[in-house]
Amino acid sequence: MEQQFDTSKIGMWLFLATEVLTFGALFAGFGLMQNKYPQEFVEAHEKLKRWAGSTNTVVLLVSSFTAVMAVLMARTNQAKKCAMYLWLTVGCAGIFMCIKAYEYTSDFEEGLYPAKYYSHVGDLIPGSHGYATFFSFYFMMTGLHGLHVLIGMGLMSWLAIRASRGEFSDKYYTPVDLVALFWHLVDLIWIYLFPLYYLIT
Amino acid sequence: MEHTLTSGAVLGDRPRPVKNYLNETTGIWSWMSTVDHKRIGIMYLCAVCFAFLLGGIFALLVRLSLLNPQHTLFGKVWVTAEMYNRFFTLHGAIMVFLFIIPAIPASLANFVLPMMLGAKDVAFPRINLMSFYLWCIGAIMAIGSMVIGAVDTGWTFYTPYSTTTDGAVGLMTMAVFILGFSSIFTGLNFIATVHKLRAPGMGWFDMPLFVWGIYATGVIQILATPVLAITLVLLLIERVFQIGIFDSRIGGDPVLFQHFFWFYSHPAVYIMILPGMAIISEIIPTFSRKTIFGYRAIAYSSVSLALLSFIVWGHHLFVAGESDLANVVFSALTFLVAIPSGVKMFNWLTTMYKGNISFETPMLYALSFLFLFAIGGLTGIFFSTLAVDIHLTDTYFVVAHFHYVMMGGTVIAFLGGLHYWWPKMTGHMYSEKWGRIACALVFIGFNMTFGSQFLMGGQGMPRRYFNYLDQFQPIHAFSTYGSWVLGSGLFLTAIYLLASLKTGPLAPDNPWGGTTMEWESSSPPVVHNFEEQPVFEHEPYDYRHRTVTHV
Repeated sequence: MEQQFDTSKIGMWLFLATEVLTFGALFAGFGLMQNKYPQEFVEAHEKLKRWAGSTNTVVLLVSSFTAVMAVLMARTNQAKKCAMYLWLTVGCAGIFMCIKAYEYTSDFEEGLYPAKYYSHVGDLIPGSHGYATFFSFYFMMTGLHGLHVLIGMGLMSWLAIRASRGEFSDKYYTPVDLVALFWHLVDLIWIYLFPLYYLIT
Repeated sequence: MEHTLTSGAVLGDRPRPVKNYLNETTGIWSWMSTVDHKRIGIMYLCAVCFAFLLGGIFALLVRLSLLNPQHTLFGKVWVTAEMYNRFFTLHGAIMVFLFIIPAIPASLANFVLPMMLGAKDVAFPRINLMSFYLWCIGAIMAIGSMVIGAVDTGWTFYTPYSTTTDGAVGLMTMAVFILGFSSIFTGLNFIATVHKLRAPGMGWFDMPLFVWGIYATGVIQILATPVLAITLVLLLIERVFQIGIFDSRIGGDPVLFQHFFWFYSHPAVYIMILPGMAIISEIIPTFSRKTIFGYRAIAYSSVSLALLSFIVWGHHLFVAGESDLANVVFSALTFLVAIPSGVKMFNWLTTMYKGNISFETPMLYALSFLFLFAIGGLTGIFFSTLAVDIHLTDTYFVVAHFHYVMMGGTVIAFLGGLHYWWPKMTGHMYSEKWGRIACALVFIGFNMTFGSQFLMGGQGMPRRYFNYLDQFQPIHAFSTYGSWVLGSGLFLTAIYLLASLKTGPLAPDNPWGGTTMEWESSSPPVVHNFEEQPVFEHEPYDYRHRTVTHV
């Protein structure tokens, strides 16, 4: 059992390594394009809602805390509390997605679409591709991250149901531990996305 | 059935277990739902051999297209430039993504790696099966893209052509995306297996070198493949939405695609060659009856090749507008690759020195590997030299170089490994006589096909061109004749291997006198590999104190 736990954990860490590399390529592409269009990128990032990004950062940090607590409760045989903390994590993730959805909608209303659909008027350098490129990266990276949040919500709801049934204990809590690891990575990626898109000038 | 051996192995007379992994359960569903690494390895073996056949047919068509500059056969023009573009694209894409990347790890290593560690299975048997089905889905999509319009971009999918051309590029890139995940799961599985499932008493430096090679491969599969996956997604989004990342007309940078692509695809070259080297490290000591020379040096060289593979991708872009500084740095780093490769070569040669060498089919393939990989590796040095590279870029010299590494290296090693473990996998011996004949045909045919391409490339014949000057016709024709010899050698191999399943004598447990743990199982192995948990007792390749058990 001990060995299975360790083996699963190695598997999860390796999987997380692939996730880091996946996002890493996007970060590299973003950096290169920022280098190509410095002015457009600075101007474009000011169009994003900094308060929304900040709130979401706090929400995700709280959710990482509740995820840790869920693991702690699982390994100390407190099934009910484990389920509660898992649901809390799902709730935080839900708030995150709602704020994100609001942000996307209001971006679209201003014509801040990705790629060839970009139709915002009044940019300082009219006709430059830089704005559309910025928003393409913005929607791709936050979209891929959002997909991970949704997957995490699904996994955590499933675990919460299993926890209520009392399936986890100090003898066996591998899935809770692994999903929490995954969730921390999702949080961590946002910690990098947030300054990249909302803060850097 | 008497079976004489020249390698000096003592045959065990242990009776075969009645039940083994092949007949414990029967029926198609028992195979399709299996989590046994041996059965998955066999299914993968059939699958990659099918891909090899398909890619091989396209290779023969490419060569046939270039038989003469008029592209005629029996006086009639039979092929158009568009068809030719599709031939070489499909040959490249199928061989790289469907055959050579999974060829050794997912089939042969899947079968023998857990057994070499004395384990019952891989760490995640269900993920292993999922990897196989992902491969199948990817293969169906890749073949589907041929049906709906085919791909003519070359296997490298360079932008901006790949973002603007019609055809089934989208489906093909999705196929490669899925195949990438199949490869990631295989690598992930092997790394976890090596970490956690070694036999009691077996430390890291007690593992067979094959395991070291596959472990290093796994590291690359995990760290490089995600970058390819996201790059192909970006390519797809660029095609559909025009985000302006790779297409310079809408503000993108086509060279960025090349950076991303080769950040994966250069390490992928080591995903292909490291398992080949790993097989050679097994075959040579076994057929030299001698402890491997420089065990740690070979183990470390596998790991250092894996690490170096990540920092040399820029040598694919020497003429793509990279800065002079980047060119010089990548050139210097690329030279470094020769060091661990050379370490391996010299250690293999030294292992054979004063050994008791026997020349059975696997050893013939290993010796072919040494010869061909030396040429492939040394011509790589030509390309790391900036000035020479500019002359030789995109000529047939490149084609010849990487075929000497990929086919002369990996495929030859794959064939060697296939013959080496065939008795263990199937429980039957193949015909040694036909094995040697086929190996000779493959070796001669290969050198005819690709050796001649070094000459053509040196004289300036560009790769991928449909039309060419009359002066190259004799060499092109010679290369095409070579491909027929090569093809017939491979065809012959398929025939006698399949025939051995029906008519081959039953294989002993340890037909070659190998010292690694997989030979302690019966041939074919029982479902959980060993009747009892094997304990690590002697170092691998220890022929001095070797007592053959079960006599």
